[in-house]
Amino acid sequence: MNLLSLLIFLPLFGAALVLFLPASQTKYFKWITLGFCAVELLAAAVVYHYFDLSNPSFQFVEQTDWITLSLGSLGAVSIDYLLGIDGISLPLVLLTGVVMLVGAVSSWQITSRQRAYFSLYLLLTASIMGCFLALDFFLFFLFFEFMLLPMYFLIGLWGGPRREYAAIKFFLYTLLGSVLILVVMIALYLSAFDPYSSLNAQTIVHTFDLRYLADGHNYLPNSLLNGLSAHQIMGLDARLFLFLVLFAGFAIKLPVVPFHTWLPDAHVEAPTPVSVVLAGVLLKIGGYGFIRIAYNIFPDAAAEYATLLGILGMVSIVYGGFNALAQSDLKKMIAYSSVSHMGFVLLGVASLTPEGLNGAVYQMVSHGVLSAMLFVVTGVLYDRTQNRQIEAYRGLAKPMPAYTTLTAICFFASLGLPGFSGFVGELFTLMGGFQSEFMPKWIATASTLGIVLAAAYFLWTLQRMFFGPLWTQKGVESLLADLTPREKIMLLPLAALTLVLGLFPHFIFDITSATITEFLKKFSLN
Amino acid sequence: MSFLVLIPLLPLLGFLINGIGFRRIPKNLVGIIGSAGPVAAFALSVYAFISFQAQGSAPIHVHLFDWITVGTLNIPFAFQIDQLSLLMLLIITGVGSLIHIYSVGYMHHDEGFGKFFAFLNLFLFFMLLLVMGSNFVIMFIGWEGVGLCSYLLIGFWNKNTNYNNAARKAFIMNRIGDLGYLLGIFLIIQQFGAVEYAVVFEKAATMAVDSPAIVAITMLLFVGAMGKSAQIPLYTWLPDAMAGPTPVSALIHAATMVTAGIYMVIRSNVFYSLAPDTLDLIAIVGLATALLGASIGLFQNDIKKVLAYSTVSQLGYMFLGLGVMAYSPSFFHVMTHAFFKALLFLGAGSVIHAMSDEQDIRKMGGLRHKLPVTFATFVVATIAISGIPPFSGFFSKDDILANVYQHSKIMWGLGVLGSVMTSFYMFRLLFLTFFGTFRGTKQQEHHLHESPLSMTLPLVVLAVLSAVGGFLNVPEALFGSMKLSGFMAPLYELAAKANPVAFAHQHLSHTQEYVLMGVSVGAALLAALGAYVVFVVKKSVPAADGQETGLQKLVYNKYYVDEAYDAIFVKSMRTASDLAYSFGEFMIDLVVNGTGKVVKNAAAKLRLLQNGATSFYVFMMVLGITVIMLWNFWIK
Repeated sequence: MNLLSLLIFLPLFGAALVLFLPASQTKYFKWITLGFCAVELLAAAVVYHYFDLSNPSFQFVEQTDWITLSLGSLGAVSIDYLLGIDGISLPLVLLTGVVMLVGAVSSWQITSRQRAYFSLYLLLTASIMGCFLALDFFLFFLFFEFMLLPMYFLIGLWGGPRREYAAIKFFLYTLLGSVLILVVMIALYLSAFDPYSSLNAQTIVHTFDLRYLADGHNYLPNSLLNGLSAHQIMGLDARLFLFLVLFAGFAIKLPVVPFHTWLPDAHVEAPTPVSVVLAGVLLKIGGYGFIRIAYNIFPDAAAEYATLLGILGMVSIVYGGFNALAQSDLKKMIAYSSVSHMGFVLLGVASLTPEGLNGAVYQMVSHGVLSAMLFVVTGVLYDRTQNRQIEAYRGLAKPMPAYTTLTAICFFASLGLPGFSGFVGELFTLMGGFQSEFMPKWIATASTLGIVLAAAYFLWTLQRMFFGPLWTQKGVESLLADLTPREKIMLLPLAALTLVLGLFPHFIFDITSATITEFLKKFSLN
Repeated sequence: MSFLVLIPLLPLLGFLINGIGFRRIPKNLVGIIGSAGPVAAFALSVYAFISFQAQGSAPIHVHLFDWITVGTLNIPFAFQIDQLSLLMLLIITGVGSLIHIYSVGYMHHDEGFGKFFAFLNLFLFFMLLLVMGSNFVIMFIGWEGVGLCSYLLIGFWNKNTNYNNAARKAFIMNRIGDLGYLLGIFLIIQQFGAVEYAVVFEKAATMAVDSPAIVAITMLLFVGAMGKSAQIPLYTWLPDAMAGPTPVSALIHAATMVTAGIYMVIRSNVFYSLAPDTLDLIAIVGLATALLGASIGLFQNDIKKVLAYSTVSQLGYMFLGLGVMAYSPSFFHVMTHAFFKALLFLGAGSVIHAMSDEQDIRKMGGLRHKLPVTFATFVVATIAISGIPPFSGFFSKDDILANVYQHSKIMWGLGVLGSVMTSFYMFRLLFLTFFGTFRGTKQQEHHLHESPLSMTLPLVVLAVLSAVGGFLNVPEALFGSMKLSGFMAPLYELAAKANPVAFAHQHLSHTQEYVLMGVSVGAALLAALGAYVVFVVKKSVPAADGQETGLQKLVYNKYYVDEAYDAIFVKSMRTASDLAYSFGEFMIDLVVNGTGKVVKNAAAKLRLLQNGATSFYVFMMVLGITVIMLWNFWIK
């Protein structure tokens, strides 16, 4: 079996194992999950080991005919089981390996309905991997939809008091995104064809192969999405319109303001490991979708709307930052900081510069590590006292010195201190925005406000909760034990990772550079 | 020259050892480990200085590794060692070592002893990175890093909320400046496609004077300097930063970190020499800061606050010098200021130590008998800062003022006014603290003692440096040879080629120089005499808090700038964030939940159509057919 298929089927197998083992083995479920996640990370590392950094195109490509339907005069439709990995997806695959493993450790305190929880968790792992590896739009969409199911139940069944509202909000929002993506998929299906199979089969073979969709020559003459035809939808050029639709679909996932309000609710209600996964990897699928799908298929529209998208990125950065400043719930504060930090991803992508795009992928990895750490940090406190209100604590540094140190490291890394990964991500996405020929300079300039806001909300939180004389609102001082070994196992590697990535950013840039240089050739000023 | 890498690495090592193991390592060892790094780094710096001169004073470039390569941009991790970085190295490691040794005594009873040394070492590491880096990004890494250490050390006693506020204020205000710096870097990259000093300045030197890109870059970088070097309008964090332990104030908030802005401008002198408009702005901001700081210093009663405003004011002088392109004189002042201001802070620390943590000078007095060494060194520093010959401050300040005089006589006049105020507040401080009778409690009086050797030794060394440091750069009018200026001259060669007009100014005649010196020294002496009359002869003591009146009240409360900033910026930030959350999010969710409700209600209504009654379906069918027929025949 190919390595990439292994990445997808390994956790699926794990899920099946958990599902079919007798109930007497319940105590092993978390160990099984942990084991599978560890092997998964190892497999991702093996992919990295054999990955050719200088090759910009897809590697480990695996293609099997899956569905081929002849539709008579309408031609044929071909859907492939098509996997591949390049410099854009590899860092995210590695990130997924790390975050899912941390999430597995963090799932240790799940005590109810373990069978369902751990099988759903592994199912989620498989679908996330599938998203990053699929090169067939249909297959991608399948995995994309598939993530929804475990996510909905993980929030809805193991979440906090308002979990049902949060789960349904998450579900509907994301479903709306899926519908938007589906609409574009149908339009693409009607317009694009597979040049090679069509030649052989003497008929038009419609395709979802992203490699063909990315090439303007593979669109039927005068079809809806052919660059030369003049179809319009609601007064807009069809390609521009459908790009916006596709963008909106992924913007919900990233999330981009104003499509973000599901995120704080979902985070507040989700159990710690689910928050870790949600912020750590799920959001990245939005950013990945921009690059791999929306920008790849509609480079013309992406260049056309660069300014608009840059502004949306800026708004997310600043608006998210202001909202984070206003929060009294630690988890909600972190959720809004995620909105702000993912805004940098959008800004970098929209800039269409090497700095911006490399920076955006880097920022996704960096934020994946940091947000996982931030939510683990929140979970540590919540596990002890069931209270996440910032105002409910003062002077935690006294009883919990190790916890304070790691939280401080995490906060400083998140606010973009040089030496940690957050700095490099923000530096390069901002630099990209600033250098971009596609958007005016004030956008990146205004976005820098986000890093002052980040300093403000992180330091204010740090001061309010950890410094000063010890005090808690409900007299729970006795519960405030310092980190357990299990918590250290999660936090120390993450802290080390953000430091290593910050000191040696070329670890990521070496992977992304070649692919992105090739990718950017599609974009030019007209 | 690969040993140069060790210079920043040694303090980093100290940080790691003390930072990881501070709970296990015994106190004495912590102090030794913490101080050994800086002392060794100082020895290496001296060695580097000697071998640099032996090699013919050409800049040394040490390439360590390529940090980031993206697209066409390459950011190497490399060091550049030239006259400027060497001098900074000597100041940082030299004064730094003394302050580390001093801290062994000063912090001895503190429970966070190990943590303190770890942070202090980390600070040295970043500061060394800042001055050694060979490009703007490395400088920025150091720049932000020292900001972090400043934050950690200001808030070192983090049980006190005010201290934490001060730390946070320092960090955030510096961040605002850093934004300017960051945008400046972006512009540099866009303009020159590189960040390495050598490449960037070579290209910049071919550009025209006053070209918009250069003006924008210099302005943005200067915003960064305003933050770090506490210039108007970003100066209010520095006085608050005195919340940190006194050695921190001496090292970070007087001798080294706050002069990073001056280092940056001199480093970028090619840019600045091409942007006369920016220089004018710098001179005005510098002068205004010098006067503002000095005037506030006149009425402060906290020994460290007086010194803090004095630092703000002296930094203003340095920028005033930079603004008139007196780069070397400004740097000369950085150097002498590092000596005498570090000495003043350490002296103040010694006093605070003796006074059982009392900082109010109204409660001191007569300390010269009990603290003879502290007193003697404090006198040297006071004379030095007041610009009275032959101590160091006189030479450096006079050097700046002579250059300012050539630029503008009004600015010179205001500069002298500032030095009058300096002399007055410094002698006021000296007299109130060490002369007269003791005004503190019995308990404090009983406890009064001279500090241990580890503290007095650095005082003595710094006193010697403050006394003789001026002879490094004696003007020709006083039969000197301007050694320091001569040493630094190669730094400006490129700039002089790029903009020869700016560098071609005539020198003052010796007679003119004597007159200028005479005026400023005379004024300083008069101010000192005034202070003597008021505080020694008339024995007046500043009024208790809240009893100030009129102008005095305004100045004592620092012109209410903090309150104004709070009302304008902090409040509006809070309002904006509350608005974003309570209104913005509410509106968005209104739409989201509204859509949900509409769909739900519509579904609830539509559901009623599916009532299962065949007759109803038949009725609807007939109705539908009728409507379609009508549509077809009549309307269409």
